[in-house]
Amino acid sequence: MSITILFVLAPIGAIIAWWLSQQRLTAKPWLEVGAIDDFPGTGASSLPAATIGLGVFLAVVSSLFALFISAYFMRMQVADWAQMPAPKVLWFNTGVLILSSVALQYAQVAARRGRMEGVGDGLIAGGLFAFTFLVGQFFAWQQLNAAGYFLATNPANAFFYLLTGLHGLHLLGGLVALVLTIDKVWRGFALAQVRLSVKLCAIYWHYLLLLWLVLFTLLTPWVGEFAVICRQLLS
Amino acid sequence: MVDVTIGAAGVIPPAEVKDVELYHPKSWVTKYVFCQDAKVIAIQYSITALSIGLVALVLSWLIRLQLAFPSSLSAIGPGDYLQFITMHGMIMVIYLLTALFLGGFGNYLIPLMVGARDMVFPYVNMISYWVYLLAVLVLVASFFMPGGPTGSGWTLYPPQAILSGTPGQDWGIILMLVSLILFIIGFTMGGLNYVVTALQARTRGMTMMRMPLTVWGIITATVLALLAFPALFVGCVMLLFDRILGTSFFMPAVVEMGQHLKYRGGSPLLFQHLFWFFGHPEVYIVAVPAFGIVSDLISTHARKNIFGYRMMVWAIVVIGALSFVVWAHHMYVSGMNPYFGFFFAATTLVIAIPTAIKVYNWVLTLWRGDIHLTVPMLFALSFIVTFVNGGMTGLFLGNPVVDVPLSDTMFVVAHFHMVMGMAPIFVIFGAIYHWYPKVTGRMMNDMLGKFHFWVTFLGAYAIYFPMHYLGLLGVPRRYFEMGDMAFVPQSATTLNGFITTAALIVGFAQMVFLFNLIWSLFKGKPAGSNPWRATTLEWQTPETPPGHGNWGKELPVVYRWAYDYSVPGAKEDFIPQNQPAVPRTA
Repeated sequence: MSITILFVLAPIGAIIAWWLSQQRLTAKPWLEVGAIDDFPGTGASSLPAATIGLGVFLAVVSSLFALFISAYFMRMQVADWAQMPAPKVLWFNTGVLILSSVALQYAQVAARRGRMEGVGDGLIAGGLFAFTFLVGQFFAWQQLNAAGYFLATNPANAFFYLLTGLHGLHLLGGLVALVLTIDKVWRGFALAQVRLSVKLCAIYWHYLLLLWLVLFTLLTPWVGEFAVICRQLLS
Repeated sequence: MVDVTIGAAGVIPPAEVKDVELYHPKSWVTKYVFCQDAKVIAIQYSITALSIGLVALVLSWLIRLQLAFPSSLSAIGPGDYLQFITMHGMIMVIYLLTALFLGGFGNYLIPLMVGARDMVFPYVNMISYWVYLLAVLVLVASFFMPGGPTGSGWTLYPPQAILSGTPGQDWGIILMLVSLILFIIGFTMGGLNYVVTALQARTRGMTMMRMPLTVWGIITATVLALLAFPALFVGCVMLLFDRILGTSFFMPAVVEMGQHLKYRGGSPLLFQHLFWFFGHPEVYIVAVPAFGIVSDLISTHARKNIFGYRMMVWAIVVIGALSFVVWAHHMYVSGMNPYFGFFFAATTLVIAIPTAIKVYNWVLTLWRGDIHLTVPMLFALSFIVTFVNGGMTGLFLGNPVVDVPLSDTMFVVAHFHMVMGMAPIFVIFGAIYHWYPKVTGRMMNDMLGKFHFWVTFLGAYAIYFPMHYLGLLGVPRRYFEMGDMAFVPQSATTLNGFITTAALIVGFAQMVFLFNLIWSLFKGKPAGSNPWRATTLEWQTPETPPGHGNWGKELPVVYRWAYDYSVPGAKEDFIPQNQPAVPRTA
C-alpha cells in the first residue's frame, strides 16, 4: 500500500494540488460579479477534452497497476514464494514493444509535419509490432506452461500470468483504437482530423511501454534481490 | 434601486466556448433506449438504481423480521439470513448509493450546472450505463443460481467467502465478483465523463470557484472513485482467481471437513487491505456528493448565500485527500502494529476538522435565513442532524481502544447506517423532491412528500437509536439469532421487535414516495421553469424539462457565483448566475 501511495497517489495528488492552485481557490466569488475577462486563466484548459480524458484514464490505470504491485510485494513476503525464471523470449518482446513505440512516435512526428504517408506507415508498423509483442507474450506463457510453471503452482507464477495478461489486455484495447485510427487514415480523412488520434495513440503506447518495463523489472528473478532491497526501504 | 441593463458594457458576447457537435437521435430507440444524451442516461441510471434498491429494502425487512422473531420464521434459515445481509449491504452501498449519486445526479446535473450541452464523451457515457445495467443483472442472476447469492458479508473476506461453509459458494460468489468488476469498468467510463466535463466544458464565465457545490461534491467523489475502485478491482480479480483457478493469493492452507485443500500460503490480510483501501474512500464517494447537494438545498431554501463557500470547497478537497490514508481503521481487530493503529486513529480523527467546518457552515447558512420548510429543505435539515449523530459515534469507533470492544456489534451497524446510510439517503430524497420539477416539469405532491419525510425521519431514529444501545450491551452483528447469552437481557428481544416494527413502517413510507414519484408525473402541479427561484444554471434553461442540447441556440454566459440570494438592493431575492453585472445607478 505504501508503494501505491508513494509512487502513484502522491504524484496524482500533487498534480491535482498544482492544478487547483491555478484556479484561484482563494478568490472571493461573492465579491466578483462580472464578465470572465476580469478573471483570466480560469476557463477550461486549451488541451482537447480527449487528451485530458486519456490523462485521467492513465491515472486510473496507474492506480490499478500500483495496487497490483503493492499486493505483489506484500504477498512476496510469505515463505512459500518461489520466483520462477523469466523466459528468454521476454527480451525479444521488450525490444518489439520499444520498436512499436518508436513507430508510433514516428507517425506522430509525421502528423505534426503534415506527411500523411508517414502517418500511415508509422501506424501500421506500430500496430504490427504491438501484435507481435502480444504473440510473443503468448509464447512466453506457453513456454512456462510447458516447463511446468502453472498458474496455480505458486503465487509468483500467478502474479506473472495475471500482470502480463492484464498488460496485454490494455494493449489489445489500444490496438482497437489504433485500428480505428488507421481506418480513418485509409478512408482519406484530412490530416487535421487524425492528428489528435495519432497523438493519443502514441501517448498510450509510450505509457504501456513504460508500464511493461516496470513490470518486466519486477517479474524477472535477477531483480528479485533488487525488489527485496526496495521492499525493505519502503516498508 | 438597481436595474439590469442588458447590452451595456457589462455584457459580453458568448463566443469563446466552442460549440460542440451534438449527437442527434434518429429513432425512438436511440432517443430513449440507446441514448447518448446525459439527461436520459441519468434517468436510466436512477430508475435502475432505485429498482435494485427496492430489492435491498425488501431484504432489510426480511433481516429485521428474523431478528425480531428468531426461530419462528421457518422460511428464513441461517444461510438465507447471511445471504440477505450480504446482498442488502452490497446493493445499498454500491449499486444504489454510488450509482445514484454519480451516475444519476452526476449525469443530470453536471452538464446543466456548468452550462454544457452534454457530457464530453457521450458515446462512452452511454456504454457506461449499459455496463452498469449488465452488472446489476449479473447480481440479480445470482439470486436464481443453485446455492443462491453469496452470504459472505458485504466485505467478502476470504478465506470464508470462497469456502463451502458459506452460502453461495458455487455461483453466488463468482457472480458477485464478476458483477463488481463490471460495475467498476462501467463506472470508470462514466467517471471520465464527469471529471472531464466539469473541467473542459464549463461555459464562458463559469470559473471553478463559481461552480455550485453540488458539482464540486460530485467531481471530487468521482476522482476518489476513479482512484479507489481499482483497489476493489484488484481484490475481486485475485479472489476470482483463487476461487476459479485455484491460485493462493489470499487463501492460506485450509483443512475443510478433514480434507487439505490445495491452497497454501495466501494472505487474507492482504485482501482486507485492498478491500478497505477502496472501502473507506467509498464512504466519502457516497458522502461528498451529499455534502455538495445539501449545501445547495440549504442555500436555496433558506434564501441565503452559502456561508464560507471557499471553506466548503477546501473542506471537500481535504476530506477527499484524507480519505485515502485512513483505511486501516476498519481493521483494528485484524491485528496490526500498535504504531499503525495510532497513525490511523490520528488521521481518522483529523477528518473531523474539515467535516465540522462543513457542519458549522450549514448551520451558519441557516442562521437568520428566510427558511422555507419545503420537503427538500426538511430532508436537508434532517441530513445535518443525522450526519452529526452518525459522525459522533464515528469518533468513538475511530479510537482503537473503544473500537475493539465495540467491533462487530450492533453499535457499528447503527453508526454506519446513520452516517452513510440514512444521511445520504435523506439527501437523495431531498434532491429528488428538489430537481423533480426540472426533470419532469411537474411538482411532486407536497402532502405526500411531508408524510414521507416525517415517517422516514422519525422512523430512522426509532430504528437506529435503540441499535446503539443493543451494541453497547454487546449484541453482535451478522448473527442469525442470539440464543442464550448471559450478557444480553431478555428485553433486547423486545427492543428488536420495536425496531422491526419501525423498519416495516419506514419501508411502507417508501411505497408512498414511489407512488408520489409516478403519480406526480401525470397529475402533479405544473412547475414552471424555476419553481424554487434558484440561481444555478439548470433552472435557467429555455425549456423545462431541458431539451436536447440543453440551451437552445446559445450557451449561457455566467456573470456571478451560484449563491446570490437575498442580495441587498436587488429586485428579487435571487439573481441567476447568467444575469449580467449591474451598473450602479444613482
